[in-house]
Amino acid sequence: MRKLWTKIMGLGVMAVLLLPEMVMAAAGKAELLVIVADTRKFTGWEAWWTNLYNESHIWFAVVTVVTIPIVGVILGVLADIVMSRIGIDLKSRELAEH
Amino acid sequence: MEFFYILMPIAGVKIFWPGLVILGLGVGVIGGFFGMGGAWMITPGLNILGFPMAFAIGTDIAHMAGKSLVSTMRHGKFGNVDYKLGVIMIIGTVGGFEIGAQMIMWFERIGKVDLYVRYMYLVLLALIAWMVFADVAKRKRKDREALAAGRELDKLATGLEWSKTLHKIKIPPMMHFKEAQIYCSAWLPIFISFATGWLAGILGIGGGLIRMPALIYFVGCPTHVAVGTDLFEVMISGLYGAGTYTYKGRTELFAAMIMLVGASIGAQMGTVATKYIKGYGIRIAFGLCVVGCFLSILLKMMAKWIPAWGGLFDGSATVLILGMVSTMSLYIAIRMIIGAKAEVAAKKAAKAQVSVAS
Repeated sequence: MRKLWTKIMGLGVMAVLLLPEMVMAAAGKAELLVIVADTRKFTGWEAWWTNLYNESHIWFAVVTVVTIPIVGVILGVLADIVMSRIGIDLKSRELAEH
Repeated sequence: MEFFYILMPIAGVKIFWPGLVILGLGVGVIGGFFGMGGAWMITPGLNILGFPMAFAIGTDIAHMAGKSLVSTMRHGKFGNVDYKLGVIMIIGTVGGFEIGAQMIMWFERIGKVDLYVRYMYLVLLALIAWMVFADVAKRKRKDREALAAGRELDKLATGLEWSKTLHKIKIPPMMHFKEAQIYCSAWLPIFISFATGWLAGILGIGGGLIRMPALIYFVGCPTHVAVGTDLFEVMISGLYGAGTYTYKGRTELFAAMIMLVGASIGAQMGTVATKYIKGYGIRIAFGLCVVGCFLSILLKMMAKWIPAWGGLFDGSATVLILGMVSTMSLYIAIRMIIGAKAEVAAKKAAKAQVSVAS
């Protein structure tokens, strides 16, 4: 039973790792050329960001994927506060048609 | 003027940043209103602003994920997202998308990919536009007939009712989707999402343009729930796409964040506008967008058929897409402002009445 679970877990991890590579075929594969960011033009966080891109695409992708929802939630909540202050009811709507 | 230009750290190009905010705002309004990612509008826009095509697609997907999250949050609070339906549909979407992707690679090998994809896209858009306007016409006919018979048509009535026929197929397991208010076989949304995912995989698009009408006409969702549930799907596929494109080094997160500032406001406006524009208003506006998209692709094809006039046709296609995005987002924003004003005024009047009575 334990062996079976190990196998299932292993296959699951493999699917997660391999699936992006396979599905990406749909939108036309990104060209196989290496683009290097020019770090000389930047200082501070921008230099760190370009260095991260050049050094590890994995970490660059992880930071991007984590940042997007966080920024999305922050901006969404901010917009919520503004809209509620205007006085719009943001919790209900009238059913229009089915 | 230098203030308005910003150097993108990864792509290494200087970009007019207010253009990014405006683009994000416009597409955010449309995306929140129709439940689409809108890649077909953003990618050419980013390209015009100066992004290399390789970065335009990745950046678009990254911003789309954030924007859809904002819209899903708002739609969720309105009760417009059927999460159960959304999760079930992911199974079909992923499977269909993968098969579509493999088919497109096969078309590439036999060298006819452009021809098949463009024609298929045109046929599909024509079909969606026909479906939307046939539905509107049928609903109006029902309305007229009801009036002639001296009764009022149920305000929840629809024109095309294919979904009701499909709901009669009772293959277990049967499921109840609370927000969508439908009871059907679980295989129906799985099959529909598989078909729409397959088409999206073949066409190389996100799929919102196909999934939203499919949710309405085949699954039987009310328009608002179709919009919200579709955005939930766009959010998940957007995050997944952002991960894969970024891993390949084709995302400019900095630009995506700037766009997200505009998009988060636009997405809220578009979503709130669904409160004031009724289901059939959304369907008609969506139909018009599909017609615009159809015409722009036709112009792009004509540019290839008549190379001497290629520049003119290509330019016209871009102008048409951007003009349509601007007009439609402006219309939605105005309707949202008018609706919000009326709501606030009604609330104030009700408050005043209460205070007078007491």
